[in-house]
Amino acid sequence: MIEFDDVSIRYEPEADDVLTGVDLTIAEGEFVLVVGGTGSGKSTLLSSINGLVPHFTGGVLRGDVRVDGRSTRDHRPRDLADIVGVVPQDPLASFVTDTVEEELAYTMECLGLAPAVMRRRVEETLDLLGLEELRNRPLRTLSGGQRQRAAIGAVLTAHPRILVLDEPTSALDPGAAEEVLAALHRLVHDLGITVVMAEHRLERVVQYADRVIELGGPGQAIAIGEPSAIMATAHIAPPVVHLGRVAGWHPTPITIRDARRQADTLRTLLTGQVPTIRAVPDAGSSPVASIEALQIHHGPVLALRDVDLRVDRGDIVALMGRNGAGKSTLLHTLVGGLAPSRGRSMWTAWIRAASPVRNCSPAWAWSPRSPQTCWKPRPWRPSARHRTGMPDANPEPPARSSRCWPRR
Amino acid sequence: MTTITGQVSATDRPRTYPGEARWLHPMAWWSWAIGLAIAASVTTNPLLLIGIVVVAALVVDRRKPQAPWARSFAFFLRIAVLIVIIRVLAQILFGAPTGTLAVVSMPALTLPDWFAGVRLGGTVMLEPLLQSVYDGLRLAAIIVAIGAAGSLASPARVLKSVPAAVYEVGVSVVVASTFLPQLVADVSRVRANRRLRGRKEKGVRALAGTMMPVLHSAMDRSITLAAAMDSRGYGRTADRSTGDRLRTGVALLAGIVAIVVGLFFLLGTASRDWENWGLAIVALGVISAAASLAFAGRRSTRTRYRPNNWHRADLWTLGCGAFTAIAFAAAARVDPLGMATSTQPPVWPSLPILAVVGLVVAALPAYFTPAPPKDDR
Repeated sequence: MIEFDDVSIRYEPEADDVLTGVDLTIAEGEFVLVVGGTGSGKSTLLSSINGLVPHFTGGVLRGDVRVDGRSTRDHRPRDLADIVGVVPQDPLASFVTDTVEEELAYTMECLGLAPAVMRRRVEETLDLLGLEELRNRPLRTLSGGQRQRAAIGAVLTAHPRILVLDEPTSALDPGAAEEVLAALHRLVHDLGITVVMAEHRLERVVQYADRVIELGGPGQAIAIGEPSAIMATAHIAPPVVHLGRVAGWHPTPITIRDARRQADTLRTLLTGQVPTIRAVPDAGSSPVASIEALQIHHGPVLALRDVDLRVDRGDIVALMGRNGAGKSTLLHTLVGGLAPSRGRSMWTAWIRAASPVRNCSPAWAWSPRSPQTCWKPRPWRPSARHRTGMPDANPEPPARSSRCWPRR
Repeated sequence: MTTITGQVSATDRPRTYPGEARWLHPMAWWSWAIGLAIAASVTTNPLLLIGIVVVAALVVDRRKPQAPWARSFAFFLRIAVLIVIIRVLAQILFGAPTGTLAVVSMPALTLPDWFAGVRLGGTVMLEPLLQSVYDGLRLAAIIVAIGAAGSLASPARVLKSVPAAVYEVGVSVVVASTFLPQLVADVSRVRANRRLRGRKEKGVRALAGTMMPVLHSAMDRSITLAAAMDSRGYGRTADRSTGDRLRTGVALLAGIVAIVVGLFFLLGTASRDWENWGLAIVALGVISAAASLAFAGRRSTRTRYRPNNWHRADLWTLGCGAFTAIAFAAAARVDPLGMATSTQPPVWPSLPILAVVGLVVAALPAYFTPAPPKDDR
């Protein structure tokens, strides 16, 4: 279905290769996972499947990429739209229309399908991905998981034989990610679609994959193989694989279930051992920050009610909750970005006294969700990912973004 | 045993049922509104102008969908009131005191010699004041009619009706309309982050610190969108020769020029003779432009999902608008004094029967058109 024939890609004629000598064949109906660190060329590899590299991004591609017999040499991305469906990482930025139903129809309109065919396929796809309830909803009002499913549906209506996804679950909470992955699983098994997917959070997806491609980075060879074979040596691996390596299990477990079956000896070995727990500071010492009986309103909505929190020196506190549970609201309140409608939130005296800089966020360092929001107006070298037109929701901050932290 | 053969197929032109909630063709609403606007433009009779505003408000009240954009009508009403007020204030402050009936006497400001001819304040006369009210009302009625179309016809559906040849323009409008809210959201997010990190929110440096990330993410989004559109087949076209493209381009340009020249004759001159020529040239221009658009549209292989269809109610709505415009224009020829209410001397406005019939017909779409769907955008 997809053939890479000794493919090397570089973005500028004098620059180093981003990918070197890639030789691989992906069969019809395979679920292939692409893993590798940031900048290892995952997006480049994915974008070259439908010809975005080099037609859209520029650059030099040596060798040949063939998709269902068509070479990307003489087929532009738009000419491959009926075979390859590309789901970008940030669906919101890639939606063309404004409601779910129209977005599902857009690719078909471009391909020039008959209106009766379009109506049937839209209904089928709405049912397949469980989007029926959302058909008239504006895309902007959807939750992350719903958006991702709508984006998958938007390319599925063209009946592509290959689905290419760039980190489809990286911005989703576990529930939404599960929703998307279940939909993908169904597509692979029921419709026989070939799926090529890049992902960081391997613990979620590695058990679905038939094969894994590991990219070592520029100039490095790529490795292809069964998930457990690749995971045995991969640089990026889910925690259960690391445990398997430490315990010396063979074959390397890639799911919790695999690991549990091999864990007998380890369990007996660890019987009686007590994990060391960090000493809890005594209640008498003063906390670093405290929140008392906090209430926050967002307009008419009561976002937080009766929240008490005490953070002691050296504590690492993780805030957990569903999307929209009020995690960000609580954090914003803690650093003074939001005024509570009742109760109070404060940093205790010693940390204020300890900060050397006045009037410049002395007590805390705020790291925003998207580092772009604190980039300074200075030139920077775009990573391969930005040139491929698939911006990363969590790009590796450039070295300069240490400026995000307070100046000491 | 019987064998059932055949297949269930959806027809390309779905049937409608009486009383079924559906969207009227946006062009039906727009042509109805343009009919009202034309009617308003040929009269200065205050009763008729207020009648047009009332009719527009009635139809909007009964047929406006529950969507954010549909609320814009109140905004247009406010603009209309503002127009009348500004027009009257301008007359009171700067207008020439022609007329005989004084309303109120204000102190006049004497301006230096080199500013001769301009007067500020002074006695306010009734005749020019009434004239300014009527003029303001006319513009206000036109604005209200256009505003009515804006809140009756979904903007997204209007874009679905643009000819295939100018489809690209429609896409850019859609993209821009989704980009602006995102840009606004970006600005507030960046500012919030600056605040949380204890940076200043005001001043030149703060502006630079805010604008760069905003522009940067806007740029990123454009690239993402372009890549996504390319991978989804945007811009696939059937092969066509350069000669064909040139011919359609020339025909379109000639058509537009003809429309402009014809309108100039139609509106800019007083002579009846020139007016007829103007009409003919406009008609020729419209035909030429429409033909070239249709011809150019064949280059695109795109199809439309659920296109807007013309049904009976849609055609009747269009007809009502056209009837109103024609009735007002005819009334202006038959009864020029009734349509242009005299202010020298001021008289109580009469009601030309033809125009009143036009108004009643314009109000009919409030009742016979289908209601818009409830839970749609």
